[in-house]
Amino acid sequence: MSIENNILVKLNNVGFQQNQKWLVQGVSLQVEKGKIVTLIGPNGSGKSTTAKIALGLFKNIEGKVEKFTNNIGYVPQKISIDWTLPLRVRDFMLLTDNLTEDVIDEALSLTGVINLKDKSLGNLSGGEFQRVLLARAISKKPELLVLDEPVQGVDFTGEIALYELIKEISEKLNCGILLISHDLHTVMSATDHVVCLNGHVCCSGSPKEVAKNSEYKALFGEQAAQTLSIYEHKHDHVHTDDGDIKKN
Amino acid sequence: MFDDFFIRALVAGIGIAFVAGPLGCFVVWRRLSYFGDTLAHSALLGVTIAYSLEFNIAVSIFLISSAIALILIQLQKKTNLPSDALLGLLAHSSLAVGLVVIGFLTFIRFDIMGLLFGDILAVNKKDLLTIWVGGALILLVLRLIWKPLFASTVNYELAQAEGLNPDRAKAIFTILLAAIIAISIKLVGVLLITGMLIIPTAMARNLSDNPQKMVIFAIIGGLLSVFIGLFSSLEFNTPSGPSIIAAALVLFIFSLLKVKQTIQLKN
Repeated sequence: MSIENNILVKLNNVGFQQNQKWLVQGVSLQVEKGKIVTLIGPNGSGKSTTAKIALGLFKNIEGKVEKFTNNIGYVPQKISIDWTLPLRVRDFMLLTDNLTEDVIDEALSLTGVINLKDKSLGNLSGGEFQRVLLARAISKKPELLVLDEPVQGVDFTGEIALYELIKEISEKLNCGILLISHDLHTVMSATDHVVCLNGHVCCSGSPKEVAKNSEYKALFGEQAAQTLSIYEHKHDHVHTDDGDIKKN
Repeated sequence: MFDDFFIRALVAGIGIAFVAGPLGCFVVWRRLSYFGDTLAHSALLGVTIAYSLEFNIAVSIFLISSAIALILIQLQKKTNLPSDALLGLLAHSSLAVGLVVIGFLTFIRFDIMGLLFGDILAVNKKDLLTIWVGGALILLVLRLIWKPLFASTVNYELAQAEGLNPDRAKAIFTILLAAIIAISIKLVGVLLITGMLIIPTAMARNLSDNPQKMVIFAIIGGLLSVFIGLFSSLEFNTPSGPSIIAAALVLFIFSLLKVKQTIQLKN
């Protein structure tokens, strides 16, 4: 059934609690082949937690996760490489899979960091490191890509370029992408579906073309306007201070 | 050829160095130095049990160390104490219990110094077999779990998300750690085994820019330490364990020169 519908992963009313506090609850979403789903929401709203639930990183979750692929590429939000472990970019590329030299080069070229191949991972800048993380995740040609704030630490032009690259990858590999955006209002235009979280699903829908917004175009330029879209939140409920839904 | 005690000690040391290099790298990368220490300290209890029940020493140490590792995992889950406190608790209490038990076993003569610091005269032909066969097995298993173990050392969630099985690799690695302690206790001694794992590895870190290189340098450092240590142990009549570890320390100090150079180059 999943193959016919092209579903790669499906979350059905999932939730996860830690120390008796719900990090996220009642989330349902699905990622299909060739589609991009973007998660947005304020800090601590459970975006990363939701992604981790989808990846199967938690044991005691509520609800049901159905995963129809094991070929997954993951870019975590935070990753710190310990200096005690000497690691070059090329070693990092081979972390979870045995890849040929050509495949590594191709992925590093795509994200524009082929020149860093023999550099030590500890000496990279934030933006360079993000590109290496992305290269590693796409190098194995995954069916499902989970990108947790993949453009953090990248400057605005770089951000636009990376979003374009992600779109290109999604078309080329025809993979499904679950993307977490660090921005509450702008998402990449190629996004098929936006889910806004705040401990639960606040609202969801498709993004609105930023390009139509002339103010935005004036501010960030034509190219940025074509790559980014505005997501208009349609909240139909009010939150209490700790993120729960206020009951009237 | 193996009739000479010194040759036996040398062959034993070479075997241990080959296994200690790669395992030691993971001990350092995963920050398990104190964990290794705890397992090693519990080994004394293993020795006393082996003597009192007339049981194979290596097997007994292996079982006790594995048991301590399991107890640690349980304590970590069930108490609110930090890991280093739990490690200290287990390390010192198992060492103490081991020594107390030795006190009760008055009918057996123990060479306590030999147990704690290693004894160059203690290695017999059977030990050589244990070290080389056991060592080869340890390396084989490590080779098999290398990918998930290494990936989860770099980032646990990444390894798990992309379908490797980090928990299983971690559990197997703990067993391997118990195993190397079991096979190397006679030569290096309870108190210094972790040094054999860590010091050549620390030296290797100073000389390497990638993980493979670090493993190879750790093995070379271990081999050199064994050679220098055992020859000086023979020459100056010092206990074998401390001599090997002191040699490793000297190598480490030399490796610092290289670090200094690299730092100067950077500036």
